[in-house]
Amino acid sequence: MSVLSLALPRRSANATIGGAIVISLVVLAVLGPQIAPYDPLALDLLSRMKGLSATHWLGTDEFGRDILSRLIHGARTSVWISFATVAFAMVFGLFFGVLAGFLRGWTDRIIMTFNDALLAFPGLLLALGIMAIAGASRDAIVVALGLAYTPAVVRVARASVMSIREREYIEASRVMGNSELITMLRHVLPNCIAPMTVLATTMFGWVILSESALSFLGLGVPPPAPTWGNMLATGRPFITQAPHLIILPGLCISVTLLGINMLGDAIRDWFDPKMQG
Amino acid sequence: MTKGTSSTAPVVTAKDLTVTIGPVGPKIVDGLNFTINSGGMLALVGESGSGKTMAARAVLGLLPTPLIVAPGSSIRFNNTELVGLPPKAMRGIRGARIGMVFQEPMVSLNPSMTIGEQMAEGLTLHQKLGKSEIRDRSLAMLERIQIKDPARCLSAYPHEFSGGMRQRIMLASVMLLKPELLIADEPTTALDTLVQRDVLDLMMELTQENGTAVLLISHDLGMVSHYARDVVVMHKGKAVEQGLSNDVLTAPKHDYTKRLVDALPKRQAGGARNSTRAEPLLEMRDIVIDYPGRSHLFRTSQPKRAVDTVDLVVGRGETVALVGASGSGKTTLGRAIVGLVQTTSGSISFRGKPLEFGRSETAKVHRADIQIIFQDPYSSLDPRQRVEDIVGEPLKLDPSISKAERDRRVREVFSEVGLGPEFLRRLPHQLSGGQRQRVAIARAIIRRPAFVVADEPVSALDMTVQKQILELIRTLQERYGFACLFVSHDLGAVEQVSDRVAVMENGKIVEVGNRDDIFDRPQHPYTRRLLDAAMLLDRKFDGAAAQPAA
Repeated sequence: MSVLSLALPRRSANATIGGAIVISLVVLAVLGPQIAPYDPLALDLLSRMKGLSATHWLGTDEFGRDILSRLIHGARTSVWISFATVAFAMVFGLFFGVLAGFLRGWTDRIIMTFNDALLAFPGLLLALGIMAIAGASRDAIVVALGLAYTPAVVRVARASVMSIREREYIEASRVMGNSELITMLRHVLPNCIAPMTVLATTMFGWVILSESALSFLGLGVPPPAPTWGNMLATGRPFITQAPHLIILPGLCISVTLLGINMLGDAIRDWFDPKMQG
Repeated sequence: MTKGTSSTAPVVTAKDLTVTIGPVGPKIVDGLNFTINSGGMLALVGESGSGKTMAARAVLGLLPTPLIVAPGSSIRFNNTELVGLPPKAMRGIRGARIGMVFQEPMVSLNPSMTIGEQMAEGLTLHQKLGKSEIRDRSLAMLERIQIKDPARCLSAYPHEFSGGMRQRIMLASVMLLKPELLIADEPTTALDTLVQRDVLDLMMELTQENGTAVLLISHDLGMVSHYARDVVVMHKGKAVEQGLSNDVLTAPKHDYTKRLVDALPKRQAGGARNSTRAEPLLEMRDIVIDYPGRSHLFRTSQPKRAVDTVDLVVGRGETVALVGASGSGKTTLGRAIVGLVQTTSGSISFRGKPLEFGRSETAKVHRADIQIIFQDPYSSLDPRQRVEDIVGEPLKLDPSISKAERDRRVREVFSEVGLGPEFLRRLPHQLSGGQRQRVAIARAIIRRPAFVVADEPVSALDMTVQKQILELIRTLQERYGFACLFVSHDLGAVEQVSDRVAVMENGKIVEVGNRDDIFDRPQHPYTRRLLDAAMLLDRKFDGAAAQPAA
């Protein structure tokens, strides 16, 4: 422990707390069905909107469904959607961003024109539009949010490629006789992974938030399947009688975002070359 | 002579000055003693990491955390003890009575403030002058340092000036306050040889006029021997030798000083290899290189001609040095040979055939035959690759070389450039500058090229390391017989390695000749100016700098 705290002086708090939150979230998501005490969809109309108790640890919602079980299943949906969305945005964003930044010229102009056009729409509005066309489903959300977040990735990827391609080791690779493709794959791409990783963690948080917002607006995962966002939305009319219906999912979203942001900070420090021995 | 005859009053006296990392940490500066009299100049010389900069920062009270001045040290500045002085009193002295000039003029002026505002900053802070008076004083100072159109200069921003001009302005704004002590930390390292002389001469004039004592920090022994009367040679925090610079540098006693003086590039005994009859390997004819003008919304500005109708021939196995000030086009020409820059017109032929850089078979041969060593070993190595992969990468282009064969050749070339096998698995950031440059050289020579462009290969390195790298290049050249275009502004290094020298000015080659002819019988006035400005230890010039004020 003392060795560890010497090696990681300031970022240890960020890394441990953020890491713990994110890991427990992932564990919840993976093991959800096994841990959840009740079926998240099982109605129990006799015990509606009960508070915290020994039988229902976090109480029940307006249909008597167990809130803890719904939160656990909600985590599963939210985490899956976030991972898939971030992966979608990263793959497409990196591809187009690296292409634009490395080849420049007309490729760059065309890609960036499309990208700027996409950026001009607010992300959520774009996602709303796509959802309206495709209909509400889990996969449609991934595509919609993925498309909404791709332009930001393209921008960041292009910027890091443009700064890396001016370094002398890129020129050294050309002088060696490497083709542009090899130079790009072997020297440019690995060196822009660091900023991309940081962007990915940050984006993970944004996506959870957007997914919740879409679900809240009724365009997310359709009920009765639980997500944190639609739990917020359906609990809203009962805010005075049973505030825990919206406080609990809200808390989940906030704590998750906090954890992800802390982990993102830790990862950023970890990739800083000055921090390496 | 430029060296000031100092009057007797000591301005600053350091006794047993020790700087440590934290209260119990290792010593960065270890028991340093020196005195500088008013109007005198003392130079702290040493390589990077010798503690010279930290010693100077201790005087200013500007040590970065966690460095502290150890108890028992003393720095007397006139009649004030600086060690343990409260921060408020220290701020009154800093700037007003002790001025500092930094190494990098590009970043030591605030880019968002006008020159006038920056010059006024110190005056308003320490002398409580009125606006018009500040303006008058600033104008007078700018006139004094021969800035054209001083009034316009006051309202201009730093980016409108060249590095040399900025350093003059920096100097002017520091000297405006007439400090009793000026600390100059490598003030001209970032500048060209020609500009270097101007700035140093100006510094001498201004400080002599005011009787300002100067603490000069430098790694350039030639420069120190020309300007500083006293010198302290530092090595690993300790003063290994100190005294009059003439004595110390001409007859060094301590081993380390001897090594430093020895590391100064010297002409090899026996002269250059006579290469005039060597058969030509690379021939450049009427090379013109234009940089396209920046395109604006409605027009494109004039292209800039970087290289203007240049002819140059490099023979098999010979070293041709290309010298000139920055902006003379020498680097551009070197990069054109390896295909990093397109030539606008003219022809380059290699072994009698036009040089090709495409996907053709000839181009592949040319790629393997012509290599480059870059200036900055910190940016020329991919930070995420292991050193063995960096060096072995060129061999991957030849599919007939097996993995085992590649490993064998990497090990072989490692030992040739003087790196042990324990380095193979390291990452670039785990190596020193000299070791990185060895790796870069290994990468360049692993395919046994016939021609190597060395673009300022040693200017980012320490003196003793420079010497080792220059010797390494020379040895490898003798072993493998590759020709070399040695691009440099450092005439000392050029004198050591070159067979022939080409001098470039404003994109044109103004003089080409054998090394001894260029160094001993320069024809073109520009060559003569370059040689005059180069402060080599064994060739003292009769500087036209001002005599010290009485």
